Amino acid sequence: MLTAILVMVVLAVTVGLVLGWSAVRFKVEGNPLAEKIDAILPQTQCGQCGFPGCRPYAEAIAKGEADINQCPPGGEEGIKKLAELLGVEPKPLDEAHGAPKPKSVAFIDEQLCIGCTLCIQACPVDAISGAAKQMHTIIAAECTGCELCVAPCPVDCIAMVPIAEDLPHWKWKYPVIELKRVA
Amino acid sequence: MSRKLFKFKGGVHLSGHKAESNARPLHAAPLPGKLVIPLRQHIGNPAKPVIEVGERVLKGQMIGAADGYISAAVHASSSGIVTAIGPAAVPHISGLPDLCITIETDGRDEWIAHAPLDYQAMAAADLRMKLRDMGIAGLGGAVFPSAVKLDPGAAHSCPTLIINGGECEPWITCDDMLMRNRAGEILQGVAVMRHLLGSTEILVGIEDNKPEAIAAMQAAAQSLDFAIEVVAVPAIYPAGGAKQMIETLTGKQVPSGKLSTDIGIQVFNVGTAYALACAVHHGEPLISRLVTVTGHVLRPQNFEVLIGTPMHTLITLAGERDGSTGALMGGPMMGMPMPDLEVPVVKATNCILVKSAELFPPLPKALPCIRCTRCADACPAELQPQELFRFAKAGDFGRAQEYHLFDCIECGCCSYVCPSHIPLVDFYRYAKSEIWAREKEKRAADLARERHEFREFRLAREKKDKAEKLAAKAQAARAQAALDQAKHAKLPAAPAPELAAAPSDADAKKALIAAALARAQAKKAEVAPKNTDHLLPGTQREIEEIEARRAKIHELARQPLESEEKKP
Repeated sequence: MLTAILVMVVLAVTVGLVLGWSAVRFKVEGNPLAEKIDAILPQTQCGQCGFPGCRPYAEAIAKGEADINQCPPGGEEGIKKLAELLGVEPKPLDEAHGAPKPKSVAFIDEQLCIGCTLCIQACPVDAISGAAKQMHTIIAAECTGCELCVAPCPVDCIAMVPIAEDLPHWKWKYPVIELKRVA
Repeated sequence: MSRKLFKFKGGVHLSGHKAESNARPLHAAPLPGKLVIPLRQHIGNPAKPVIEVGERVLKGQMIGAADGYISAAVHASSSGIVTAIGPAAVPHISGLPDLCITIETDGRDEWIAHAPLDYQAMAAADLRMKLRDMGIAGLGGAVFPSAVKLDPGAAHSCPTLIINGGECEPWITCDDMLMRNRAGEILQGVAVMRHLLGSTEILVGIEDNKPEAIAAMQAAAQSLDFAIEVVAVPAIYPAGGAKQMIETLTGKQVPSGKLSTDIGIQVFNVGTAYALACAVHHGEPLISRLVTVTGHVLRPQNFEVLIGTPMHTLITLAGERDGSTGALMGGPMMGMPMPDLEVPVVKATNCILVKSAELFPPLPKALPCIRCTRCADACPAELQPQELFRFAKAGDFGRAQEYHLFDCIECGCCSYVCPSHIPLVDFYRYAKSEIWAREKEKRAADLARERHEFREFRLAREKKDKAEKLAAKAQAARAQAALDQAKHAKLPAAPAPELAAAPSDADAKKALIAAALARAQAKKAEVAPKNTDHLLPGTQREIEEIEARRAKIHELARQPLESEEKKP
């Protein structure tokens, strides 16, 4: 009887120590689930989901505070991927957060720009170059098309230009084949 | 033919249709009135224009400079005036325009000064850069800049050099005609390749349906000062594919995801060797190539064509016939339909195949895949085309990649044998381009994440720096104020005990308030009435106590929450 209890106690203590040690030794920094969700999100940083950027939205999803259908730039495919990761049913995009749009980049009409720097402060990815009372311009390769710079502009000189298809961006289309009808 | 040959898996036997175009002698196509020269003719970065509109250019003058390591220059194919630099139709299946330089030729065909290169005296790196600037790129179809392929690297060496004269695709005979007519020059180019790669074994693989070409190459090989073996390989499509040619000649397979150089083999097309010989021995950049014009034309034949010549001119030369249904660039298996026949001949144009309803009847309607695996039997890359088709159709690109989608050479054998007439290759091309697009998107997203995170970090840092700066300023002001007060009071130790005893652990906000107060006090002291100047110590202390109380009340009023927390 006593031996049994002793054995159990020793076992419990040993296992407890091992568990405690490994909890410290193999501690995972940050939330690995949020990390995985963040990798799926398109990183537009547009805030249409209601969170200030993709990372906070990812964290909210991980905590179960936000739904997976609040990201219009990610579109249906993004929702599908999130559903697969989280093991839930995919659902249609929540219209309240906006509709998916073709990929665009911002364009500043440099004739109209007054150099107020408001767009620079709004840009979440530092893709606008310029300085106070100097003309601003978009670094097109780094623009995510989030549209956050459009609203603050006092002279409405920023427009969103959809990315036109050109040779380097051309893709083979899904082959449309006519199937023979077999009665 | 003592060499033991190997057989690659799969492949199909096709009727060659070579006799149509290789019976007529090789002609140079006449100089067209207008040349349209695309800047993106090779794999890698497009060339950058180095001339201006209105400028007169000479034949062989560089008009687009190579941009980066994997790139090649483009040159004016004849003398004339540059009339436009801008988007124009290019030979691409999409029909999308691309940046081109248009030259109105003046008919004089005046060469720029050029001289042969003494390649044996040149440093290998210099020679490669020179070849890049002469626009030499692979003429077998992929148009990969040759200078890159001619670099064996520090660790690699290329003991085996294979010259590919396979030309396995039906209808095309430009390599055949080149070997028949210019075998000597091709082998001069091979000598330069051998010099750069340090190869010890040189093999020329030619399909056995080209006996004249084999004979011409063997005759030319006799006069060389190094050993070279001209090997006839069985004509089975796609024996002219680089990997298939390697396997046929050496029995070695290039591992999945590796390059042939990883197993010590480099492969060049005969046309590339010829262009290299022209560049080195005559100093002529790549401005022309042999093009087969065949199919539904009156006189199918080969032309030596200046790069930039409109395809339609060549079709007219070969005799246009009624009832054509468009043209392919390349052969019937891998060729691309041209959206428009005004597009120019580029470095990749080996053949213009004019279609007609009799020669190329439209494919019967497709039936569902019955998983008969005939495609798998025919696949020379040893893939499972029926599985790749299933994954590509379902958009399951991850699985498609697991099934080695990127080992597919798009030879078209699977589509050819498919009893259901499914255009299988179109699905693989779709899947490949989707995967590339996704990878590009992923890279863009990673860049955006990185930039966003850095911005957050920068903003936090700026805020912290600002607070620290203010705190430091406040401390300095406080010390100054204390000093001033001490001066005014002529009492070094006593003044403002609460303020002077600035607690070092005071938070930034408190410090800010203190600083503001100190500033205000200092200002007040400046404009203080004269009758408060010489006060008794007692009165002074009283005033200070009142001031301190006032300050405290101000502070409490400003931070109601914080003080409430402190009270209990």
